[in-house]
Amino acid sequence: MSLYQQLGGEAAVNAAVDIFYRKVLQDERINRFFSGVDMEKQSAKQKAFLTMAFGGPNHYTGADMRRGHAHLVAQGLNDSHFDAVVEDLGATLKELGVSDALIAQVAAVAETTRNDVLGK
Amino acid sequence: MTILRFQGQDFVYEAPRTVLESLAEHGVEIPSGCRAGVCQSCLMRCLEGEVPAGAQEGLKPALVAQGYFLACRARPSSDLTVALADAEGLRQRAHVLAVESLNQEIVALRLKPERPLDYRAGQYLRLYRQADLSRCYSLASVPTLDDWLELHIRRIPEGRVSAWVHDQLRVGAQVEIGDSLGQCFYTPGQEEQTLLLLGTGSGLAPLYGIVRDALAQGHRGPIWLYHGSFTVEGLYHQTALQRLAGQFPNFHYVPCVDRAGPEALALNARVGTVLEAAVSDHRVFAHHRVFLCGHPDMVKDARLKIFLGGASMAEIHADPFLPSGT
Repeated sequence: MSLYQQLGGEAAVNAAVDIFYRKVLQDERINRFFSGVDMEKQSAKQKAFLTMAFGGPNHYTGADMRRGHAHLVAQGLNDSHFDAVVEDLGATLKELGVSDALIAQVAAVAETTRNDVLGK
Repeated sequence: MTILRFQGQDFVYEAPRTVLESLAEHGVEIPSGCRAGVCQSCLMRCLEGEVPAGAQEGLKPALVAQGYFLACRARPSSDLTVALADAEGLRQRAHVLAVESLNQEIVALRLKPERPLDYRAGQYLRLYRQADLSRCYSLASVPTLDDWLELHIRRIPEGRVSAWVHDQLRVGAQVEIGDSLGQCFYTPGQEEQTLLLLGTGSGLAPLYGIVRDALAQGHRGPIWLYHGSFTVEGLYHQTALQRLAGQFPNFHYVPCVDRAGPEALALNARVGTVLEAAVSDHRVFAHHRVFLCGHPDMVKDARLKIFLGGASMAEIHADPFLPSGT
């Protein structure tokens, strides 16, 4: 069974997206990067990100990740902010009752995007 | 053989392709992104035929009700006529039935379209002064209750369309309107849910329609309408809304003004913003269905506060169009 199936697929993404986005918006370490953005569009992007991190179907490439975050890197986005997002993601899954072993797998998938997101 | 019809052309569809893939093979490029049913870039609308199973997963109920679907997820089993989601549709003529003053700066424009307009209370449409000069206005009317279309139009300083409506449009005049647009409307189901509607100024228009539509469709849960303005003079429809609240015990009308005074007291209006009043009354919004319309700053603040207060993003409805300025 794939990671995505073990987590519960699209239903799991839908359950997680509001909780995750709320955590990010209230996280003083990173919420400045989200001020002034269209919340509805941002929520759709969070959903795409969660689908990818959950090992689900996605067509995002490293180049997309670089392009999509370049303006934030210019504003100072760095490893500490990436770590904060991964932490919020873990806390979201914990809240939904996901096991630590699966959370570690999700974090590992998210980790594969670090260099592209940070433009390294 | 299954046929896909798009912009008046017929294309042969072969399974198991998606609508997106099939059109691309025929040289028709539809905007798309993730191709996995997530980003909704390839949103299309079904005009005729049956929306393929699974092609509406993750879409808001409002979009589902109107036949919107994701082209990257759609594998039709019978003929389908489809359109791009942002196509504004056909324009048509409408006759002016009334131009009534609602307060010092807002009029109600009542129109009779030549063809019945297919719309939901809370949607908006484009009103044309001339081919290249138009503005979007929300509908305050309800298709099942009103024989006319009603728009609430605030006079914008130097406004080229609003001034024309206020100063020049008279009963019997002919105007052009576009198709109904927008996803800010009531859908039946979850009749016990709390509905929360926040509006400022002429942003009351769609909310007035949504409230009456929800009540007419038998919504049983509490319905809270907050209408805000600087002063009592900026409010309107108080009598109709108070009457509605008397008629339906589950409907609550809360007028809000920035400045206290005898008029505010007489109306039992709250002093403060609509968001402040709603937060103090509700505190937590976890099970609310929310509709926002009016000043862009109010919509932005309310969306953030109410989302952080527990409402699901999918339950917060607001149409994105902004006043044009003139």
